[in-house]
Amino acid sequence: MRIICPHCGARDRREFTYQGDAVALERPAPDAGGAAWDDYLHNRENPAGVTRDLWYHEQGCGAWLVVTRNTVTHAVLTTDLAATVREGLA
Amino acid sequence: MADLTAKTPCAGLLPLSIGTLTLTEVDPGHMTAVAPLKGQTSALSEALKTAHGMALPAPNRATGKDGARTIWFGHAHSLLIGPAPDPSLAQYAALTDQSDAWAVVRLEGPGAADVLARLTPLDLRAPQFKRGHTARTDLMHMMASITRTGPQAFQIMVFRSMAHTLVHDLKTAIEAVTARAG
Amino acid sequence: MRLDGKGQIDRNSPVSFSFDGRRYQGFAGDTLASALLAHDVRLVARSFKYHRPRGVLTAGSEEPNALVTVGQGAAQDPNIRATTLELFDGLEARSQNRWPSLEWDLLALNDLGAPFLGAGFYYKTFMWPRAFWEKLYEPVIRRAAGLGALSGQHNADTYERAHAHCDLLVIGAGPAGLMAAKLAADSGADVILCDEDTRTGGRLNADTQEIDGLPGALWAEEITAELAAMENVRIMTRTTVTGAYDGGTYGALERLPHAVASRKGAPKETFWRIVAGQAVLAAGALERPVAFRNNDRPGIMMASAVRAYVNRWAVSPGRAVTLFGNTDSIHRTAADLIDAGVHVAALIDARPDATCDLDLRFYPGGQVCDSAGRKGLEAISIATPSGIDKIQTDCLAMSGGWNPSVHLTCHMNGRPVWNPEIAAFVPQPGMVPGLTAAGACNGQFSTHQCLTDGLTAATTALQALGRRAAALKSPRAEDTPYAITPLWSVPGKGRAWLDFQNDVTVKDVKQAATENFRSVEHMKRYTTQGMATDQGKSSNTAALAVLADATGRSIPGTGTTTFRPPYVPTAIAAMGAHAQGTGFAPQRFTTSHRASLDAGAPMIEAGLWYRPSVFPAPGETHWRQSCDREVGMVRNAVGVCDVSTLGKIDIQGPDAAKLLDFVYTNRFSSLKPGRCRYGLMLREDGHVMDDGTTARLGEHHYVMTTTTAAAAQVMRHLEFTHQALHPEWDVSLISVTEQWAQFAVAGPKSRDLLNGLLDKPLSNDNFPFMACGPASIKGTKARLFRISFSGEQAYEIAVPARFGDSLFRQLVARAETLDGGAYGMEALNVLRIEKGFLTHAELHGRTTAFDLGMARMISDAKDCIGKTAAQRPGLTDPDREQLVGLKPVGAIKQLTAGAHLFTAGDAPTRENAQGYVTSVAFSPTLGHFMGLAFVQRGPARLGEVITLVDHLRGITTRVEICDPVFFDQDGGRARG
Repeated sequence: MRIICPHCGARDRREFTYQGDAVALERPAPDAGGAAWDDYLHNRENPAGVTRDLWYHEQGCGAWLVVTRNTVTHAVLTTDLAATVREGLA
Repeated sequence: MADLTAKTPCAGLLPLSIGTLTLTEVDPGHMTAVAPLKGQTSALSEALKTAHGMALPAPNRATGKDGARTIWFGHAHSLLIGPAPDPSLAQYAALTDQSDAWAVVRLEGPGAADVLARLTPLDLRAPQFKRGHTARTDLMHMMASITRTGPQAFQIMVFRSMAHTLVHDLKTAIEAVTARAG
Repeated sequence: MRLDGKGQIDRNSPVSFSFDGRRYQGFAGDTLASALLAHDVRLVARSFKYHRPRGVLTAGSEEPNALVTVGQGAAQDPNIRATTLELFDGLEARSQNRWPSLEWDLLALNDLGAPFLGAGFYYKTFMWPRAFWEKLYEPVIRRAAGLGALSGQHNADTYERAHAHCDLLVIGAGPAGLMAAKLAADSGADVILCDEDTRTGGRLNADTQEIDGLPGALWAEEITAELAAMENVRIMTRTTVTGAYDGGTYGALERLPHAVASRKGAPKETFWRIVAGQAVLAAGALERPVAFRNNDRPGIMMASAVRAYVNRWAVSPGRAVTLFGNTDSIHRTAADLIDAGVHVAALIDARPDATCDLDLRFYPGGQVCDSAGRKGLEAISIATPSGIDKIQTDCLAMSGGWNPSVHLTCHMNGRPVWNPEIAAFVPQPGMVPGLTAAGACNGQFSTHQCLTDGLTAATTALQALGRRAAALKSPRAEDTPYAITPLWSVPGKGRAWLDFQNDVTVKDVKQAATENFRSVEHMKRYTTQGMATDQGKSSNTAALAVLADATGRSIPGTGTTTFRPPYVPTAIAAMGAHAQGTGFAPQRFTTSHRASLDAGAPMIEAGLWYRPSVFPAPGETHWRQSCDREVGMVRNAVGVCDVSTLGKIDIQGPDAAKLLDFVYTNRFSSLKPGRCRYGLMLREDGHVMDDGTTARLGEHHYVMTTTTAAAAQVMRHLEFTHQALHPEWDVSLISVTEQWAQFAVAGPKSRDLLNGLLDKPLSNDNFPFMACGPASIKGTKARLFRISFSGEQAYEIAVPARFGDSLFRQLVARAETLDGGAYGMEALNVLRIEKGFLTHAELHGRTTAFDLGMARMISDAKDCIGKTAAQRPGLTDPDREQLVGLKPVGAIKQLTAGAHLFTAGDAPTRENAQGYVTSVAFSPTLGHFMGLAFVQRGPARLGEVITLVDHLRGITTRVEICDPVFFDQDGGRARG
């Protein structure tokens, strides 16, 4: 598997550390309530298809990435810097 | 009370020369992590040019030459190798002394890329990874920085504590490549 | 027998080898199979289940029968295919799965018991009595079945892994692959051309047809030489591409020739990971057998293999050869045999309309229905419209048609499609992104078709790479149409083999269908069809056809089984090369490593780090003696310990304080420069991630200390927090773990020690508890911290790592003059348990600040990671297990970590558990064992005597719950 790091280009999967769903970027406010925090911390989709998750280019440039990929075909569709995605949310 | 004596990361391990390949420890001089403050990247590049004669490198690139080089070192910082950082840089960047943090070696000779191909998944083909190109990558599970410094020469850096493993892995690969060549 | 004047063997280079202890001679260029056939050795193996005599069936890596063991002792390598094993001088090969010998195999009795050993016999026969399975049946079956054996010793051979990158990977160097590679190379693409054979050419080496007027093999040699001269081409022979993976990554196994592999430092095999922009699969096709009664005798071979032995290796596998099949392959083989002067006894073409212009005995529409012979073929029976004919023959060359080698196209879950015209499965385009099939593996069987299809595939690949294809014309070659009338099995009684390697017959497949294992996947598992090391390369399609027939379905309606990597058996040693012994993971050595070894310290692994456990003094024979002494040394004098392995992260920038306030439960923005503070870090789910002290070196400059174990995790967490949650903050994070060699100097005499060393003297006033700041030693800049993990007056001094070795030696030497010395991990652990300090034994991922008695460290005045979740009722429930100390009060004074705790009088069962022990040690300071534990409502139960039960070690004792701080509870010693 290859992931295209926005800084480093296409790199072998072994350079990256998998984290989990990209929902982790959308941290609720402290007073958002139990349901919002439950969703943020625990509830995850398990799609057969396109999913967005976080990878850390740990053995590379150290950038956190949002990787959009297909769990069925294993195709890596797009990768973005988590910082850029987060700035877009703000 | 005796003075403190310095030891290099690869002391007692290098140099070595097998077949046409040599592996030597590089004395890098000063090494300083240079992390631009927000919005100061171009100002930092200018200051770096004025003070040390080279611009801040773009991702995956190195600027300067042997003795005074800046290599891109990750998503948020570069590494100034050689001179002590000019104080003028501090207003544009966080500076962190890394002079002792990395083992720096130079692998040189025909087949150097073949040696590295045994240790790293990085694409080292000459048209893809030219002189002046650098990469942060994996080298046998070690976080590494690899820079092409010549047609058959690479500068390889890993954490100082892993110098022993680095030399062991490079030596094994050099022996294998040399044995194949006959 | 060896033929004159033919072949690609070097008759000037004789090679001596042995098989089952007998010495033979072959030539350079031979395989073990060709050399044995040259000596008329036909019996080379015994079959898996029935121990039937078996001979060479094929001339390639698909060989199911001729598997041998090579080498002796630790270097013993089982299940090597004789058909691809290059002969070398001194080769020692042995047959397998026979006892006492290949000629006289006692387990051949299995063959007589065949009626009871059919499909599913395991499931039916060994049912009763139940207890017999593990003790009797399984061991007996294991001994009887199976092929070669492992030596049981550590593999002494060297293997390696390597990476390669290219624009276009061409898999297979037959006519299609060569053309694809040439066009791509001419067009400027970076090409890797792999072939599992020792030379390029593919079938051109085995056949006699011409290309552009040249013998095929010569044409291949010439184009290969042109390719080899190009800088953008890398030709990898002896390299089987074993798997297609995500993102254009391919696995490939390279076997080095013995002459190279035997050099010092050279590997035996290299497992390549090839990353390719595009790939052309030109893997060819495999000829398939026909199932008829006793079709497994030595001497019965594939027609294409017979041709290969005659043309390439100058060997005739028989003296009176017969041929049987349903394609022109048998005619071609007959013609080559006649050309070579070998007697052809008969040609039986199952196609009723077949014609033959060769001068031989010809049976159009005939079928071979049985064979005879003791340990090799002696005669065949032919069913003709007028009855059964018997013919004497020692070699039958058969062909049931060709199966395109579609395997790699299926590795990413794709299924091939049935092409009725060639009665075979062909790849669907696009099953592996970026991979285009060409030539015989794409169902194109004439040489002309292969050449043009190679060009077409390369053009497609070049387009995808964004390159213009150069001009290259297809050379002239034969273009015979492929004519086949499907023939899977010849009707009749007796056993007709499909899967030679796993001993699966037509009858077995039919029985599976009868017993309702109608799905191809069920049939496969019930009969073991295709589950041997050849993965059913020569048998799967025929077995599927038999199943389709037995269940009244079409072949495509019946389905296909899934092909998975690797294409050929691949040694785990090759795939996992380097990852054994010291190569398993990097070793991290501190700067004091050498000095610790010099002092005789046994090293223990802490993650990747190596740290000294104790520093034994003369006369000490047990680690506890050393440990107790070292603890006493720190409590009474001074000890020195390397703490460089703890993670150190430089945090700089105007928003550094904001980041720290957000990742720690407590405040760091209020910390004054020149001071340190203990911090607690939570995961977002409210559990503790890590702890450590962070020092403020300047207004915008902190250095954080993490535990050794969590250093990487914390760095990742901080980067996540910055990049993914607060990219707007102006802060930078750099690991400085490796930059500084840091040593704890702990004990009442620690200041005395340092005051002889530092350029400026210390006092309690100018450098109080939790102070930090710059220092220097003979002008060398250092960082000094007044922090303590032992509870004693203590400092940590850091110098640039180049001085680490020197400073450590000097610190230890000075400590020794003060009745102190170096201490190791064991003493460090005792010292911290005496003080109730935590490590990851307590911060194990399921404990909260509340559990640790640190709930008050979560600041009310600000948000932090994990704060919201930590306030959930379940995480602050007073009934939770909370940190306490334990001391022994029963007869047994030893406490054990991992033991469980029970209210006195309760049965020691899971549902009664009150908690568990995380850390224990003998305290020489207190003179008894002590433990840290988590106990339900623990802090409210101080003084209660409970039961400690360690079911694993068989220990039960009584312990008293106490405060987790055993020593110096007011902390005065650290401040002194």
